[in-house]
Amino acid sequence: MDIFLQQIINGLVQGSIYALVALGYTMVYGIMGLINFAHGEVVMIGTLVTITVAGTMIKAGMPVVLAGFAGLSASVLVCMALGWGLERIAYRPLRNAPRLTPLITAIGMSIVLQNLAMMIWGRNYMTFPPLLPKMDFEVAGANFTAVQLIIVLVSSLTMGGLLLLVYRTKLGMAMRATSQNPAVASLMGVNINRVIAAAFVIGSALGALAGVMVGTYYEIAHYQMGFMLGLKAFTAAVLGGIGNLAGAMLGGVLLGIIEALGAGYIGDLTGGFLGSHYQDIFAFIVLIIVLMFKPSGLFGEKTGDRA
Amino acid sequence: MLEVTGLHVAYGGIQAVRSITFHVKQGETVALIGANGAGKTSTLKAISRVIDAVGGDVHFCGEKITRLLPHDIIRKGIALVPEGRGVFPRLTVAENLAMGAYVRDDKADIALDMERMYAYFPRLKERAGQLAGTLSGGEQQMLAIGRALMSRPKMLLLDEPSMGLAPIMVQKIFEVVRAVAAEGMTILLIEQNAKLALESSQRGYVMESGQITLNGESAKLLDDPKVRAAYLGE
Repeated sequence: MDIFLQQIINGLVQGSIYALVALGYTMVYGIMGLINFAHGEVVMIGTLVTITVAGTMIKAGMPVVLAGFAGLSASVLVCMALGWGLERIAYRPLRNAPRLTPLITAIGMSIVLQNLAMMIWGRNYMTFPPLLPKMDFEVAGANFTAVQLIIVLVSSLTMGGLLLLVYRTKLGMAMRATSQNPAVASLMGVNINRVIAAAFVIGSALGALAGVMVGTYYEIAHYQMGFMLGLKAFTAAVLGGIGNLAGAMLGGVLLGIIEALGAGYIGDLTGGFLGSHYQDIFAFIVLIIVLMFKPSGLFGEKTGDRA
Repeated sequence: MLEVTGLHVAYGGIQAVRSITFHVKQGETVALIGANGAGKTSTLKAISRVIDAVGGDVHFCGEKITRLLPHDIIRKGIALVPEGRGVFPRLTVAENLAMGAYVRDDKADIALDMERMYAYFPRLKERAGQLAGTLSGGEQQMLAIGRALMSRPKMLLLDEPSMGLAPIMVQKIFEVVRAVAAEGMTILLIEQNAKLALESSQRGYVMESGQITLNGESAKLLDDPKVRAAYLGE
């Protein structure tokens, strides 16, 4: 029982990170029908920028709190600029191109960003500076750390904030209107280019935050880390129903828990033949099952545009 | 108020609108009638900048608007009710109306105008919290007109408001169009239903294969034997 609870906690933490990244995919998809495969790389750059900024400051003897805050801010700003630039340079010129074209461009941008990161930060694994105090808590036989607690809390608050933005502000209403009918939204006076740019910038900011969390959680980072994380978050977005915000959140958390439970029990289930390092297969099993049986995802049903 | 001169619209090699010239004066309701494919919707789309004109000019209140961006047209005071209504299906009725007032910032006045729309269309008030995609076609048309009026336009462009609606709903929609016109709104009305359009307007233009072939006072057009034969089924 304590393994079960422990894996639920671990899954919740990992799932919160997936959810934040999945939101970046789903926001862009919801507005322009594009799967921005370079989003995982944006997250990776968010992690690496934090290492550079916070790591340098800590080495220079500055307080960890200040370094952490500066690292996070720098990472969010760099990623927002990156998201804005991606849309402006890579995707906007292809707005009216066939749908496959921007998709291939997205894969291309992902490769470009990965190589750029390799040139800047090198090929080696880098240690992420410890930004949060090491503390353990125990509840009903399961352990969790301060880092885990903070990851879940911060991502919940951020997601709540995003929902408020999308459902309670004028910008959010314009974003929803644009995703449903861009031509008519522009007749209402909405500058479509600005709304699309906003989706990229907000998604990238969430990605940067997720990047800092991943770094803090695993204490290690690498220029290729965005690839698998991006694929899993994409799976989470598909699981929840791509284009749907609540779906991305639920999909992320569910995927994290499925993965953690899978990793926890795969040894017992296969009689020790497969170990917990096979945990990655669960995300893709989920992806295949969703695509086969409910491609629209959990929340993917649309209300009909009838009459 | 609206002056269209030599407007030319083409899709690839297909000439949809061939150099048409017409105008709408302040406070007037003008009908643009013609068969399916005559180029009426293309004309409206070019005026509202949803598509680019190949040639010609559009002036509104003396200002050239031919090269404006689509999202700036409504700021000049032109609101389009698009063909097929174009409501946002997964926004509520109230949110759709709020989108109409997107270019305005005066919250208190927007709330007042929202009540005005509900007075025009009590049905919308009953369904204020419902998603627009769940409304009937007639209700969606009411919503599209209400939404356009929410921007407090100087001029309203209506694209086939009667399309696909039950006769009783068409009556209701046109009652509102006439009421809005009676309050001084300038309206350009595009319709396949020529009788209804001419009965609701002061002047009319008849479009055929991208050109204006007839124009004049609506009452006279209604009596014109050519119009009667071609569009009124006599």
